[in-house]
Amino acid sequence: MQTRHTFSVYVEDKPGVLNRIASLFRRRAFNIESLTVGHTETPGVSRMTILVNSDVQGARRLEANLYKLVNVLRVHDITAEPAVYRELVMIKVATRTLENRIHVLQLAEVFRARVVDVAPDSVIVETTGTEDKIEGLLEVLRPHGVLELVRTGRVGMVRGPQSVMVEPAPQRPRSERPAAADDGSISYSV
Amino acid sequence: MSSMRTGAQIVWEALVREGVTTVFGYPGGAILPAYDAMLEYPIRHVLVRHEQGATHMADGYARASGEVGVAIATSGPGATNMVTGIATAMLDSSPILCITGQVGSKVIGTDAFQETDVTGVTLPITKHNYLVSDVDDVAPTIHEALYVARSGRPGPVLVDITKDAQQASTEMQWDPGAVKLPGYRPDLRASDAEYRRAAELINGSKRPLILAGHGVQLSGASGEVRQFAERADMPVAMTLLGIGGFPALHPLNLGMMGMHGEAWVNQAVQEADLLLALGMRFDDRVTGNVKTYAPNARKVHIDIDPSEFNKNVKVDVALAGDLRMVLEELSPLIAAGDRKSWLAAIREMKGEVAVRDIQNLPDSGHLYAAHVIHDIWRLTKGKAVVVTDVGQHQMWEAQYYHHEQPRSLITSGGLGTMGFALPAAIGAKLAQPDAEVWVVAGDGGFQMTMAELATIAQEKIKINVAIINNGYLGMVRQWQEFFYERRYAATPLLSPDFAKLAECFGLTGMQVDKRQDVVPSVERARADERTVVIDFRVEQEDTVYPMVPAGADLHNMIRRPSPNPIVETADDE
Ligand SMILES: Cc1cc2nc3c(=O)[nH]c(=O)nc-3n(C[C@H](O)[C@H](O)[C@H](O)COP(=O)(O)OP(=O)(O)OC[C@H]3O[C@@H](n4cnc5c(N)ncnc54)[C@H](O)[C@@H]3O)c2cc1C
Ligand SMILES: Cc1ncc(C[n+]2csc(CCOP(=O)(O)OP(=O)(O)O)c2C)c(N)n1
Ligand SMILES: [Mg+2]
Repeated sequence: MQTRHTFSVYVEDKPGVLNRIASLFRRRAFNIESLTVGHTETPGVSRMTILVNSDVQGARRLEANLYKLVNVLRVHDITAEPAVYRELVMIKVATRTLENRIHVLQLAEVFRARVVDVAPDSVIVETTGTEDKIEGLLEVLRPHGVLELVRTGRVGMVRGPQSVMVEPAPQRPRSERPAAADDGSISYSV
Repeated sequence: MSSMRTGAQIVWEALVREGVTTVFGYPGGAILPAYDAMLEYPIRHVLVRHEQGATHMADGYARASGEVGVAIATSGPGATNMVTGIATAMLDSSPILCITGQVGSKVIGTDAFQETDVTGVTLPITKHNYLVSDVDDVAPTIHEALYVARSGRPGPVLVDITKDAQQASTEMQWDPGAVKLPGYRPDLRASDAEYRRAAELINGSKRPLILAGHGVQLSGASGEVRQFAERADMPVAMTLLGIGGFPALHPLNLGMMGMHGEAWVNQAVQEADLLLALGMRFDDRVTGNVKTYAPNARKVHIDIDPSEFNKNVKVDVALAGDLRMVLEELSPLIAAGDRKSWLAAIREMKGEVAVRDIQNLPDSGHLYAAHVIHDIWRLTKGKAVVVTDVGQHQMWEAQYYHHEQPRSLITSGGLGTMGFALPAAIGAKLAQPDAEVWVVAGDGGFQMTMAELATIAQEKIKINVAIINNGYLGMVRQWQEFFYERRYAATPLLSPDFAKLAECFGLTGMQVDKRQDVVPSVERARADERTVVIDFRVEQEDTVYPMVPAGADLHNMIRRPSPNPIVETADDE
């Protein structure tokens, strides 16, 4: 049975790592529903939250495949764990009449969303929450006319004091060198 | 003494310190600094005729020796020519290191002359790859790349080095110690409970079967597998890439499984109550229709790569780890077995079909590939290293050459790369200079990389080449015969006179079209100091039997229509 799985993936912060992960999902025919990436508490380590639709065995294989990437430090399927999930959304809503505008502002307040920009004919509403809350907000705003929508995709963190310790790759020593002479030529290929 | 070196020198210095003695390559602008520095180092460089050849040579070298094979090429077209060889090594878990030159780091991304995003292109077909643009990274990257290539589940690794990183100088830092890769876990171990569960299933089985795969040889576990099989009294079937991992003439050996495996082997798979899969990945050519595969069997899967578990076939117990280590731990838990009645049942399945003594059949005046391969086997006493190409001849080799030694059959299984044999054989010969190396190739595949005959001539390499010349892209013709109403679209093949061709390269050429000439020609080839190419003009429309059509049930094989095992198309006598 296909269900949604959320993975926390710790990766070395190196060029091309995102490409390797994306390439793996494509090659193994897994569909990414959302992927977010950013720095962590450990320098040199980035953390991804990846949401995929898969059966349980597929999720195990995906985990094993992620571990095969040399730059992947730690994979944690947090689907079954007590975790907090959040997503951030910004919605630009049309407010052509005053009535419209008042209504949109009221809805935002009910959803504890914030209005972050007000223009003559539109407002931008921002909120953070679970997908359900965001869907709920969207539903009530839609009749007013959603002009633009941007979502970050889900991030997640397991509740409680435990933390995932990951160790980044050690830095290589760098020698002191004068900058290489720039000969200006493109290449001397034959 | 100053230890300042250029990146180019460091490339070789690092390779030499790692024990690399031979590299296969082709120069060009972006790798020229490295080539220039090469002259100062004790490295044998084999100049290939096409970079694909370099990768297959490195691959053949790796498969014959167990050590990492090294190939080197320039940026752009040099690197893209390597793609087929890299993908070949990837699918068959062969450890190779490809070093490519890259344009200067300042012009990366500008479509500079001969610039290709090689790490991008090879990302999905390498185990890992690197772009090195800082001279300080050259030595540690080569150290790390060789380690990644050979450890865990082996595979190809590519290191792309910019021209400026080759030209810049630095104090070389060399740490021969263990590589520090916090995310890389080549050594896994299953829990005690899983070991106990596996032992329970094995000990309780009445009709068990060992499926020995490539991992047996990659792990160097042939001896352990043999002891295990003998103690538990379990018959052994091999995948194509497993051949050699268990002695062919051992009484517990059944032969090859799968699409062109022996009928009784596939029948035994379907009737087994336990499959013990050792370093094999249940390829679709092994399982046929997975829905009807081994329906009565519990499955225990031992593999170093946990992503293989439950990928194609659902298993009951999975033990992750290096096969040799796992067997060491598992063996004490296994009771000595007695499976006489199961072994007798399999002998029964074999019945008449087992009689493959083709040499006893009357000479119909026709030459068959099976004769050629049988004679090569007999004369080399099963001790040659045979490197095959891809097609019908490859399957006949697997059926008629009986391999006793690990790493003695070298063949492209997963990718099925035509053109593999000749270059891979060059690599195998350099890895095992004392071995007698035979190429068994088709007339089609041989023509894909035959330019490497020039490499053989220039490097004075001695191998023997048997071309199974059937005038067709035979394996494709066979599919057309079975599945496309004999409409032979683009499979009849015109070839040059291969014997004369060999002479052109300064090698020895022969042509054989009679059965009685096979033995003398093989003997002459073995005695010749030069590489010999024998053009065996065999029956054109011979067919590989048995065959499980792709995706069909394993027990529904297409069998040879006549009871006569070999000469059914040669009845004009
Ligand atoms: C024309 C043609 C016909 C073919 N017909 C057949 C056929 O009839 N029968 C057949 O069997 N094949 C056939 N093949 C080959 C087939 O496509 C596969 O390549 C082959 O079955 C794979 O064998 P394998 O799983 O043993 O090896 P690999 O694909 O190399 O897999 C090796 C496995 O061992 C594991 N491993 C590696 N190192 C270790 C270690 N140290 N410890 C434990 N595990 C390890 C790996 O993780 C991997 O899972 C055919 C190919 C061609 C081109
Ligand atoms: C590079 C490549 N192209 C195409 C194929 C598809 N293919 C598989 S077997 C085969 C025919 C091989 O013909 P030949 O080399 O003459 O060997 P034979 O089957 O006749 O023994 C072809 C075309 C392939 N495996 N590899
Ligand atoms: Mg042919």
